[in-house]
Amino acid sequence: MGKQDRDFKAVGTRPLRPDGVEKVTGRAKFGADLSAPGMLVGRFLRSPHAHARIRSIDTSKAAALPGVKAVVTGDSFDITKVSSGNHDTLANVMARDKALYEGHAVAAIAAISVSIARKALKLIEVDYEVLPHVTDVDEAMAADAPLLHENMFTANLTPKPTKPSNIANFYEFGHGDIEAGFAKADVIIERSFKTAATHQGYIEPHACLANMTQDGQGELWCCTQGHFMVRNVCADLMGMEISKLRVTASEIGGGFGGKTTVFIDPVALMLSKLAGKPVKIVMSREEVFKASGPTSSTSMRIKIGATNDGRLTACEGEFNYQGGAYADSPVQFGAMSAFACYDLEHVKTVGYDVAANRPKNVAYRAPGAPMAAFAVESVMAEMADRLGLDQLEFRLKNAATEGTRSSYGPTYNSVGLTETIKAAQSHDHYSAPLGANQGRGIASGFWFNFGGQTAVSLNVQEDGTVNVTVGTPDIGGSRASMGLMVAEELGIEYDNIRCIIADTSSLGYNDVTDGSRTTFSSGLALINAAKDAKAKMCARAARIWDIPAEAVEWKDGCVQPAGANAGEFEPMSFAEIAANADNTGGPIAGHHEINASGAGVSFGTHMVDVEVDPDTGYVKILRYTVVQDAGKAVHPAYVEGQYQGGAVQGIGWALNEEYIYGEDGRLQNAGFLDYRMPVASDLPMIDTVIVEVPNPGHPYGVRGVGETSIVPPMAAIANAVSQAAGVRMTELPMSPPRVLKAMDDAKGG
Amino acid sequence: MVKVMLWGSLAALAEGKPELEIEAKNIKQLLQRLAEDHPGLKPVLEKGVSVSIDGMMYNDAWFEEISSENEICILPRIEGG
Repeated sequence: MGKQDRDFKAVGTRPLRPDGVEKVTGRAKFGADLSAPGMLVGRFLRSPHAHARIRSIDTSKAAALPGVKAVVTGDSFDITKVSSGNHDTLANVMARDKALYEGHAVAAIAAISVSIARKALKLIEVDYEVLPHVTDVDEAMAADAPLLHENMFTANLTPKPTKPSNIANFYEFGHGDIEAGFAKADVIIERSFKTAATHQGYIEPHACLANMTQDGQGELWCCTQGHFMVRNVCADLMGMEISKLRVTASEIGGGFGGKTTVFIDPVALMLSKLAGKPVKIVMSREEVFKASGPTSSTSMRIKIGATNDGRLTACEGEFNYQGGAYADSPVQFGAMSAFACYDLEHVKTVGYDVAANRPKNVAYRAPGAPMAAFAVESVMAEMADRLGLDQLEFRLKNAATEGTRSSYGPTYNSVGLTETIKAAQSHDHYSAPLGANQGRGIASGFWFNFGGQTAVSLNVQEDGTVNVTVGTPDIGGSRASMGLMVAEELGIEYDNIRCIIADTSSLGYNDVTDGSRTTFSSGLALINAAKDAKAKMCARAARIWDIPAEAVEWKDGCVQPAGANAGEFEPMSFAEIAANADNTGGPIAGHHEINASGAGVSFGTHMVDVEVDPDTGYVKILRYTVVQDAGKAVHPAYVEGQYQGGAVQGIGWALNEEYIYGEDGRLQNAGFLDYRMPVASDLPMIDTVIVEVPNPGHPYGVRGVGETSIVPPMAAIANAVSQAAGVRMTELPMSPPRVLKAMDDAKGG
Repeated sequence: MVKVMLWGSLAALAEGKPELEIEAKNIKQLLQRLAEDHPGLKPVLEKGVSVSIDGMMYNDAWFEEISSENEICILPRIEGG
């Protein structure tokens, strides 16, 4: 399904992944696979308390233990030299005055062995004053809640608050007159929802190897979504010049937003600096759960009004997101995206970003949007049922299209929501029969996408092959996509192109691989780099023929005379020009640096069938179909993989995953045995439909695809479970006990 | 003069005006004059925002040209996962 007339040769094909052999044979180098001569091991001491003042830390006994080479605490970093934008990051990396959550790092050791490091950690004496804690978002917003930060005054509120609170930020979006809109409604539905905090669940724990030398230079190997970001933040925290720190990104075993900041890297660098030796740190799974960055737990209220014929008259939402110890929730994106699927005259959303005694929040795929979509699309489904309308027809009737003013402000240009809904309507899944205790759920979702700073390089080798160098870690198949776009632009075979991720000293700054930006922006830069190389190759061929450069043109991977007057020459192939590079001016390369704009927004619509066991509340996913607009799918298999991955993560979020805290504020399930993620046996094959409504901001029409797919699943599953169970589910996860209780309560049991 | 729309809570910091008219030819001038004319906006603008021009999102793009023909919105800085 698509609108683009262009005839692509490489883009849209499905070659084998370039990193496949290395990964299936275990040769790919992930963060923990690196080592260096004389390497020490780094280990953390973490707070056992959810909230405590640190009166003192005595590391003297640990430092004196034979085999211990360095000890780091918060005082090891000079916060007065750190930019204010990184103060929270530093305080999270190593607690200073207070420990704000269980697992907050308070000290670290570098030692010659793991056993000595462990022994040393036990010798560190921390004097804590335990303070009252709060982990629930609603409780944290209460006026009498334990206060995490005495200097936290809600930003963006007028009048400015006079008392501190745990509410760091307030946001409001929308347009129209919300009360007038509700006055026009025949039916109004208002409901409240809650969702649990979840973790990105990447398989590879954070790992790094740091090597600081006595002349103040440093090298760092780490698994990250953005090694340029790691370099800049670490240099700032270490008081180093940026150019003296070289960071290399390892292969990455998943990120999903969770590897867009630093946790262990600055500590490894500081330990290495103090010890004068390389230091390697690998987080345990328990540390990943307790001390990396999960996403928000939320509390939300949605109110929607509609006419009897199914036209939305007003939509309102309040979103309270728990953002961890430093209030880093993505509530603004939740409030912006909540109603982005619909064409609304009257819409209003407000969001509160709330601090609580939990790990500092980090992005998780379409940050903030999935929870908001769960709440909004649940009420949309209920409204369609109340009005007696078909779920997809109701959405189609209100869908945002080109020219719609979005709920967050801008007017949409070309967008593909209606195309995804129509594709869902015509899919045989939608009309398949359901059995007893089964339900079908529908939901649509949205994500913004963006571009950002990008620098790339393209080197033509003498045998006619090409090396492509990018600075955006490959977390979802971008190397293959890069190769395909270069092959398309140069008119050469995909197999003749090899793409690598360069270290931070080899390219200009590249923003993090996030926001579904990499295939869009690195691809855009590479298309331009290929054009740069082509122009140079045209000039070389013209010199060989001794005709003006303007008299040649590029066609199908060859240079040829532009017209009859240019002379009679046989087309010169890419490989021929490359082979003569030495005699025609030296190496041939293309470069491009860009702050990419023009990323197109993306919409998706999901369908899911479930069966609910009436005796246990267990939910089985029977069938799942993802329909999403990709603009142009560069490598359709990877695009399908992104769709499937988003759906699967959403299934986990919907049914089982949650951070469970005890009364003591400690995390009760910091491991994969108790934090239940879906595995293959829990899932059907996820069907996918790629819709292609070209993005006008990209020469091939590409839109980011990595995030939209996690936006609709929880809502779609909640709608299916609600239908099957006969009761509206308003809280995630819909674990068996919760579903069973909801069914019992509905029966009055 | 260009018209620029502010998101709800940002408008509250600009004397409650959701739409402002600013003399600016590019994003740099726009942000600079917004901060000068409405000091309440300054901390938010300094922290970083995105600018939407006719539905296209721009981060850190000082010299992107704007005119009275464009629809311009100031938005929280778009990030992702």
